[in-house]
Amino acid sequence: MIRLAAETAKNDPVLNIAIFGAFVAVTLFIVIRASRNNKTAADYYAAGRSFSGTQNGFAIAGDYLSAASFLGICGAIAINGYDGFLYSIGFLVAWLVALLLVAELMRNTGKFTMADVLAFRLTQRPVRLAAAITTLAVCFFYLLAQMSGAGALVSLLLGIDSKVGQSVVIAVVGVLMIVYVLIGGMKGTTWVQIVKAVLLILGAIAMTIWVMALHGFNLSALLEHAVQNSPAGDKILGPGLKYGANPLDFLSLGMALVLGTAGLPHVLMRFYTVPTAKEARRSVVWAIWLIGLFYLLTLVLGYGAGALVGPDVISKAPGGVNSAAPLLAQALGGPLLMGFISAVAFATILAVVAGLTITAAASFAHDIYSNVIKRGKDGKGVSDAASEVKIARRTVIVIGILAIIGGIGAQGQNIAFLVALAFAIAASANLPTILYSLFWKRFNTRGAVWSMYGGLAAAIGLIVISPVFSGSETSMIPGIDIAIFPLSNPGIISIPLGFLLGWLGTVTAKTAESRALAAEMEVRSLTGFGAEKAVEH
Amino acid sequence: MTVRIDDESGGGIDYISVEESERFQGLKRMQRSFVFPLAIFFLLWYFAYVLLAAFATEFMSQRVWGDITVGLLFGLGQFVTTFAITMWYVSFANRKLDPVATEIREELEKAQVRS
Repeated sequence: MIRLAAETAKNDPVLNIAIFGAFVAVTLFIVIRASRNNKTAADYYAAGRSFSGTQNGFAIAGDYLSAASFLGICGAIAINGYDGFLYSIGFLVAWLVALLLVAELMRNTGKFTMADVLAFRLTQRPVRLAAAITTLAVCFFYLLAQMSGAGALVSLLLGIDSKVGQSVVIAVVGVLMIVYVLIGGMKGTTWVQIVKAVLLILGAIAMTIWVMALHGFNLSALLEHAVQNSPAGDKILGPGLKYGANPLDFLSLGMALVLGTAGLPHVLMRFYTVPTAKEARRSVVWAIWLIGLFYLLTLVLGYGAGALVGPDVISKAPGGVNSAAPLLAQALGGPLLMGFISAVAFATILAVVAGLTITAAASFAHDIYSNVIKRGKDGKGVSDAASEVKIARRTVIVIGILAIIGGIGAQGQNIAFLVALAFAIAASANLPTILYSLFWKRFNTRGAVWSMYGGLAAAIGLIVISPVFSGSETSMIPGIDIAIFPLSNPGIISIPLGFLLGWLGTVTAKTAESRALAAEMEVRSLTGFGAEKAVEH
Repeated sequence: MTVRIDDESGGGIDYISVEESERFQGLKRMQRSFVFPLAIFFLLWYFAYVLLAAFATEFMSQRVWGDITVGLLFGLGQFVTTFAITMWYVSFANRKLDPVATEIREELEKAQVRS
């Protein structure tokens, strides 16, 4: 009967397309409505700083509960049991770094981008350029992951297995995303995130209650059912099924997960959409509750998919591991629920991709174009915000096209690997400089530049010489073998290196930075004096 | 060589003396002496958990009650501490940090209007 369910999933594309179409229509309507007040740069990049903490909390949760979180973790728990759960814990605990150390201080000192804070008291041009480059690198890897996720999801739902078909789907996602961002700016994408987060969490709650009801609301009974259906037996109840062979690799992954979040540029940029630091705090608190709740639900959903669908059926379905959540929906509520859950997952990808694109565009237009390329001899950036927004919109189109091409190239790649790479880069290249510039008065330009470029180069370099890039059957390039580094995640080396280089650069530099600017930054970051205000319309 | 792009602040405020003032130093000490120990605690607890999951798989796989294992309880424990730290920090920030920060900010705003 279960096999039959998987068959109908492939054969009901009309219903799925109809539900998808309805979702796209509704979200597009929201984006157009939200965009009516977009006038200034603050409107376009930071939604006029007009969102409440609660709204922004939902939007952060929407951004964070991406396809990798929802589809990836459900699938990982369904097949590997406990080892999938470890992802959720790293992703959640990471928010404490953001809440305690980063969110409010960033909100108080910055304007639109991460570079605003990092360059506050250091030499503008080199620091901004480095911060913009690391931002673009993180966004690019995150984008690739989402785009290849879209291809996999749609192949499951619409039964499109051919490479050409999936490429067309990726191109459609890319074009839709460009339209969302061009029309809606930050306000439009934030509203899409809010709507999506609510639907995703409601859908997950409904499915969780359903799964628990089938097992008499007894978690142990659900686990027992999953154990019976798993070829690994009761190994799924403890750690080690996936990472048992290489525990060091797991440690490296755990490090990248917990330290990456607070360095993700698209998450940091969300703190600027609220009017004050207090609202930034409230939004992180909402995000922690929503994300925590959701990960508890995925624990039930993952084991539920293992119990009710079975690991074998999931691995063999089109879309593989990532199809666990849609297949569970199918087993519970038939094609209609499956279509709904998949449409939510699809909307997730669209919204996350839009958020990443606007972050990358803001970083290019605001940091590289306005403050590095166009900077006049007097040291002032172009004050003309209108031309900056125009550049940002053009950048959106360029990034969209790059993401489509990259997404087509990355088809079939492991989504979790690409996301973990983005986290590792964020933790190695961004987080050390963020923490140093907020908490270490002596920190200077050389430290920042060394830490950002060094962390970025180490993270990417180690990935290139790791087994995920070459040397094994499942690598990106199976043909060659340059895998000298044994771990699939570079975090354990590259993150400490980023911190070390920041310290080394600082203590070896001979020039001192401005004492007055350091004092100003400290006063502003803790008191919120002079922070960017909400835009009045 | 340090050039500021947006100079909407400044306004003749002597930030160095504000920064060195007793009240601001107090605020800074209060914030850091709360946040740093807490950050060290949750990172240690998280990495202890990760190390156990990576190297002590037998221990983590022990059943406590039915199919509920030690690892599952530890994992759920991470959720509980995360929620608890969040609520604790928020109440601390609302009660202790915000009043002082607001006071200093309002004085600075007045000084800016005057100059």
